[in-house]
Amino acid sequence: MSDYSWVIWIPVLPLASFLLLGLFNRYFRKEPIAAYIGMLSLGIAWVLSLYTAYQYYFVSGIQNGKYIPYLPFRWEWLQFSDHLSIELGTLIDPVSVMMLVVVTTISFMVQIYSRGYMHGDSGFARFYAYLSLFSFSMLSLVLANNLFQIYIFWELVGVSSFLLIGYYFEKPSAIAASKKAFIVTRFADFFFLTGILLIGYFAGTFDIETLNSMQTLKWIGAHPGPVFMGLSAVTWALILIFIGGAGKSAMFPLHIWLPDAMEGPTPVSALIHAATMVVAGVFLVARLFPLYYFTGDGFTLRIVAVVGAFSALFAAVIALTQEDIKRVLAYSTMSQIGYMMMALGVSGYEGHEGMGYMAGMFHLFTHAMFKALLFLAAGIIIHAVHSNYMKDMGGLKKYLPVTHWMFLFAALAISGIPPFAGFYSKDEILHAAFKYNTIIWFTGFFVAGLTAFYMFRLFFRIFYNGERTYEHPPKENSKFMLFPVVFLGILTISAGWIFTPFSLYVSPTREPFSYEVHYFSPLVLGSVLVALTGIGLAYLMYYKPTDYPSRVARAFGKLYFWAKNKFYVDEFYLFVTKKIIFDKIARPFAWFDRHVVDGMMNAIGNTTLWISEKIKFIQSGRMQEYGMYFIYGVVFLVMVYYFFNF
Amino acid sequence: MIEGISIQLILTFTTLLFFIGLYGFLTRTNLIGMLISLELMLNSEAVNFVAFNQYLYPGKLQGSIFSLFIIALAAAETALALAIILQVFKMTGSTDVKEVKDLKY
Amino acid sequence: MESILFYILAVIILTAALFTVTTVKIYRAVLYLLIALLGIAGLYFLMDYDFMGAVQLSVYAGGVMVLFVYAVMLTEKVGEPVRKIALFRRIIAAVTVLLLMGLALYAIWNFDFPTASNNKPTTINRVGEVLLSTGDGGFILPFEVISVLLLSVMVGAIVIAKSKKSKIENHD
Repeated sequence: MSDYSWVIWIPVLPLASFLLLGLFNRYFRKEPIAAYIGMLSLGIAWVLSLYTAYQYYFVSGIQNGKYIPYLPFRWEWLQFSDHLSIELGTLIDPVSVMMLVVVTTISFMVQIYSRGYMHGDSGFARFYAYLSLFSFSMLSLVLANNLFQIYIFWELVGVSSFLLIGYYFEKPSAIAASKKAFIVTRFADFFFLTGILLIGYFAGTFDIETLNSMQTLKWIGAHPGPVFMGLSAVTWALILIFIGGAGKSAMFPLHIWLPDAMEGPTPVSALIHAATMVVAGVFLVARLFPLYYFTGDGFTLRIVAVVGAFSALFAAVIALTQEDIKRVLAYSTMSQIGYMMMALGVSGYEGHEGMGYMAGMFHLFTHAMFKALLFLAAGIIIHAVHSNYMKDMGGLKKYLPVTHWMFLFAALAISGIPPFAGFYSKDEILHAAFKYNTIIWFTGFFVAGLTAFYMFRLFFRIFYNGERTYEHPPKENSKFMLFPVVFLGILTISAGWIFTPFSLYVSPTREPFSYEVHYFSPLVLGSVLVALTGIGLAYLMYYKPTDYPSRVARAFGKLYFWAKNKFYVDEFYLFVTKKIIFDKIARPFAWFDRHVVDGMMNAIGNTTLWISEKIKFIQSGRMQEYGMYFIYGVVFLVMVYYFFNF
Repeated sequence: MIEGISIQLILTFTTLLFFIGLYGFLTRTNLIGMLISLELMLNSEAVNFVAFNQYLYPGKLQGSIFSLFIIALAAAETALALAIILQVFKMTGSTDVKEVKDLKY
Repeated sequence: MESILFYILAVIILTAALFTVTTVKIYRAVLYLLIALLGIAGLYFLMDYDFMGAVQLSVYAGGVMVLFVYAVMLTEKVGEPVRKIALFRRIIAAVTVLLLMGLALYAIWNFDFPTASNNKPTTINRVGEVLLSTGDGGFILPFEVISVLLLSVMVGAIVIAKSKKSKIENHD
């Protein structure tokens, strides 16, 4: 049984759940029913994904030492020319199977978690409908066999993200955040679409398998298309596609929407803005990796690496200073995605050269687990304390013991301490980066230290930092919320060493290879050491309430202040849009539209009115006058006919 | 065909008749008066058709048949128009043409 | 002989027509119209088209005239002059009409009619054959259509002329 035809059910089940809950929203007033419909559909999808993964990785995926792609479902949708058409289909290959597992796992966990977190909310069924819509779009995106299908579901993912960020639509900040997210990602998607069209034109196909085949790559190498600013058309297309990916994945400078997106309910942040949707950009680059690698000598990949590394550093620095725990996690997400991008950017292609690619995918996998865990844990904390701010927390260990341990595991994982999941993936990334470029490696290395520091700053300030009394003692009272956290905690502990070496599953050439983890190589020891240093510093500063933090902040002076204000990127955008685009460009256009275009229309209308006002006496209602006009008309026509001989 | 009378003469006669009718149509203030003028115009047309038939295509009957139809239509039209005029009179108490001015709305 | 008769008839008809459109008493206008219609019937007889003359007499001078007489009796105060239009307007109308008439006469007298010369009276027999013929040049279809038209006009005239007093009183 290796036709994989069941794969189509994986996106279809959430779609069915969405339609059921969305269309018949009012009949699902009772919470458990809506929740169980959502959970059931995602649960089945999850089991199917696991089965697919088992089948693909262990039973029928490998032939002649190479994973082969399957296309179990394929339907031609729009035919443009003999060669160019848009299909709808499902592509089963190592990356998509891995993504299926990630997306369905996190979705399923979040669905269970939401049963507790959203308890008592008036829009309960609506929330589940949106979640299902998101799962459907994300799964279809992951399975897409061509760029256009990716684009369609890419937008649909954006829409569901918009809906979920703005879920609390009575909150102005949530509405603003959802609009911001939508506009920023839409802006990036414009580049994405342009890139897709360029690819379609110059490569002659949208099909991912065809695009990545050696034949097409050679053909593109021989016919790179017209050159613009020193880069060929296909290279430009790839850069544009990367901009699209950067928008979705919150890479600098298109990251501004992600922190604001935290206005959405916390399960949403865990699902969309930490684990699945934001890694779509990484997924996109990984999908087209051979194309990126071989076109223009991998020039675009260098951009990817630099942007990734810079975003990682930039976000980590901001994360150090934020007070809102969800924002810290958001910047941390951005930083980790930067890591993944960097890993893809520094990767080679064949054999062990493909380490970076593998590591990026591995990090995507492990990051999804522990970042979802962090967000879900943060959700429990917020639910218990009724605040997002660290200053309202502290000493929570004795109130939330399970959450405490799980949060600790996740923090250790993201810091890269063995044997937690993050260690394996992160060290592979650093390893690959070291081979590629020292500066990029050092950036990653430094960010690893920062990551450890801000995660443990968060951890200590939430769970320790002295005693504190709460009006309502915080409790972990929902089993629905605890179960996913514990489950993800177990994954966080175990995923790393279970799936190492990850290259057995995912590699750029789809040829599995194996490698050894050198626990005691200087590189690994160095990165563990820097993480431990970060943790140690955080312990010193935040384990007990001290005045170190403010002194350190003062020591950094301006830099601290800038970082706290997110380096004024938002303000810069506001300046550009409001002061330059609106004032200098849009306003003249608006003036032109209002006065010239509308003016012309108004002039036509007014003239008609004026003329009719002047000649309306003609329609007097006296038949004989009409008769006269008629006769004059006849006279005129007869004269014309008779004397001018028409 | 009338001995010694050319078709131009007959046509001149019907033209005069027609334009007398037209003048009546334009100057009458009374709806029945206008209708009467209309009858004059129609009659001149009918004579025209018969004259064309008799002078230009003797032995054929198409023109004459048309005059027959004109008479039938004129009778029909008169019946309807008079019914409408009666109705106007019932509504306004007069058959003056200015009473139907409001029909333009 | 026939041409003299034509001239006499033409003068009678035109005079009657002129009085028809100029008289201020509407009942007189109807009577002048009757004279004009009778004259035209005479013209048909003169043109050897007896059937047409008979139809003219029976339909026009008989039927239509009766309609007019009844309409006038029902609506007008007999013997009272109707409102006259302003002189200025009458002059404009006359000028307009003369202008168009001049054009028409100019056209008539400048056109060379291909007159045929054989004289053949139109018999009722032939008229009946052509009217009811289904062959080439037959008029059976228009004939039937016009009968339907007359029927619908009859119904329509009755419906329109039927009193709707209640409605009108409400309206007032």
